Amino acid sequence: MTTRVTPGATDADEEAAEGRVYNVAGQDWDQVVAAGDTDRAENEQIVVNMGPQHPSTHGVLRLILTLEGETVAEARASIGYLHTGIEKNMEYRTWTQGTTFITRADYLMPLFNEAVFCLSVERLLGIEDRIPERAQIIRVLMLELNRISSHLGGIGPFGLELGATTIFLQGVRLRENVLDLFELITGLRMNHAFIRPGGVAQDLPPGGLEKIRDFLRQAPRWVHDLRTLIDANPVFIARTKGIAYLDLEGCMALSVTGPMLRATGLPWDLRKSQPYLGYETYEFDVPTTDTCDAYGRYWVRINEIEQSLRIVGQCVDRLSERTAANDPVMIADAKIGWPARLSLGPDGMGPSPEHIAHIMGQSMEALIHHFKLVTEGFRVPAGQAYVPIESAKGELGCHVVSDGGTRPYRAHLRDPSFHHMQAVAIMCEGGMLADVIPAIASIDPVIGGVDR
Amino acid sequence: MTQTPGGDPPAEDNGGLPARLGEERLSASVVRTGMFGTQTTGDTSGYGLLQVRKPPPLSSEPPYGGYFDAVARALGSALQAAGIGFSDAIERVVVDRGEITFHVRREKLVQVADKLLHDPALRFEICTGVSGVHYPDDADRELHAVYHLLSITHNRRIRLEVSAPDADPHIPSLTGVYPANNWHERETWDFFGIVFDGHPALTRIEMPDDWLGHPQRKDYPLGGIPVEYRGTKVPPPDERRSYE
Repeated sequence: MTTRVTPGATDADEEAAEGRVYNVAGQDWDQVVAAGDTDRAENEQIVVNMGPQHPSTHGVLRLILTLEGETVAEARASIGYLHTGIEKNMEYRTWTQGTTFITRADYLMPLFNEAVFCLSVERLLGIEDRIPERAQIIRVLMLELNRISSHLGGIGPFGLELGATTIFLQGVRLRENVLDLFELITGLRMNHAFIRPGGVAQDLPPGGLEKIRDFLRQAPRWVHDLRTLIDANPVFIARTKGIAYLDLEGCMALSVTGPMLRATGLPWDLRKSQPYLGYETYEFDVPTTDTCDAYGRYWVRINEIEQSLRIVGQCVDRLSERTAANDPVMIADAKIGWPARLSLGPDGMGPSPEHIAHIMGQSMEALIHHFKLVTEGFRVPAGQAYVPIESAKGELGCHVVSDGGTRPYRAHLRDPSFHHMQAVAIMCEGGMLADVIPAIASIDPVIGGVDR
Repeated sequence: MTQTPGGDPPAEDNGGLPARLGEERLSASVVRTGMFGTQTTGDTSGYGLLQVRKPPPLSSEPPYGGYFDAVARALGSALQAAGIGFSDAIERVVVDRGEITFHVRREKLVQVADKLLHDPALRFEICTGVSGVHYPDDADRELHAVYHLLSITHNRRIRLEVSAPDADPHIPSLTGVYPANNWHERETWDFFGIVFDGHPALTRIEMPDDWLGHPQRKDYPLGGIPVEYRGTKVPPPDERRSYE
């Protein structure tokens, strides 16, 4: 095959390429056409490099698409552009500091990352039964709020990628309200490090429950608005119904979980089948549909938002019933519970002034314990644990190994986005180029979690 | 079904003393000395001569409790039907913290996984990938690959653990049984240097293609540069004092 390079291509392209190279940088299409390719073969394939900087690849995902006309003959995903070494870094920090790292993996569902890590550490410590109930309720509350914001972070950009700005803005408006709640409760909109081994960093702030109730009063209407925009939208349906088909058999073969699996009709939800955090005591449904396509995955997600709102309501009811003066949110074991009673100041979360006054002015022993626990951390008995939870995107697991020290010997996050990106090929190949976009969006990948 | 290691008879009643003799404990290798991370004269606590020895590898005997026994029995009979003895394929079984781990010999990994997926009494449809662990002090078993399996049919979970020596870092690929292990095995190759034999395209996945070394091995430094903060230098995390 001859190599002929069009204007704009570099020497390096010329050497590396087999066949013609078109280096299209934008606004130069006329030049490419003018360069002429009259001797083009009948079924010539074009390799298109999509990403890693492309607005509809959900971050820095790179797709290498082989096209025959407009049909995708081969779709290969290339990842690693956002690898930050979170797992390696965690091996050099204490178990408590681990939450501040792992929360940054999939940045659209930070609380799930924290929760799954803390549940694994708690299993290693053997303290699963000793976590205060109030902490467990607050964890469920935060996880379900996070499920809502994560799904909205999937649905909103889904619309944008299909060209619908309004869907994006409506989705982001609702998500913004959830993030406001996060900011109120944890001090941060993302990367919270709120869920800690042994409980949660702090109790809800004064007036927090009232704010969540306000949100619960308004949210159903906003979700309804979003549904009226999308559910029967002819353009959205044309772009998603029957697109990116992956049935139960395919999901099983590829070990796919989460909304993608539930869109094939299998009601597999770890909150129901292998309950954790007391999910068996909450009332909610597992929405399923059997369309196996991008539309079905959207439908499952938007229904899960409504179910999550139900769970958040139950959490708020339970929290408002608990009026005891001393209702801890951290394990009573002083060796594990973070010594500082964290509190929320105008500049974010930090040690409470009373705690500082106590250790600096009143008790030398308290200061020593504080110093040892903050600098050295606590020891975790040797062994390994794997705790899976039902995250917004599928089964999220954390495999932690301890050698008995104060730092994780190994912490591995089994991220559903990483796993599900493998389904890109089976969903896209044989379809049209334009359907690649809804296929990727229906996986709802977040590259922070894929690459870690 | 399983044999106790060495085939020893059951221990006699020794008046409530620990079953393991002191000499056995003393023959184990030392994994840590002293405390508080100081190696010089700084430690005046009297703990400087402390020697912590490596604990013996965990091993559980049946009954394992819960559904673990059913899984072990079904796996044993499925392997038997294929002409493989249980202890030929499974080195040992560990039940710890409510999770069961089958330590599988690497030669038999694919057969075991095949039985786990296809046998109606097992039916572990979902493999959630592989996680590598590097134990540089575990002679001839430095590299571990850990698989977590989930059965939706029976609502069960088990763990498989396979080890390979650093000198011969080969473990058979499970992509023939669980196709979605493809990327996970590439990741484990990338980070730990475990070669998965039979993988269709074992290339780096997270690190650049021309990267040297396998970053999550214990002998690979974290890296980093000292940071100056208010007139003092803060060393990178792997050079700070450790309390291990």
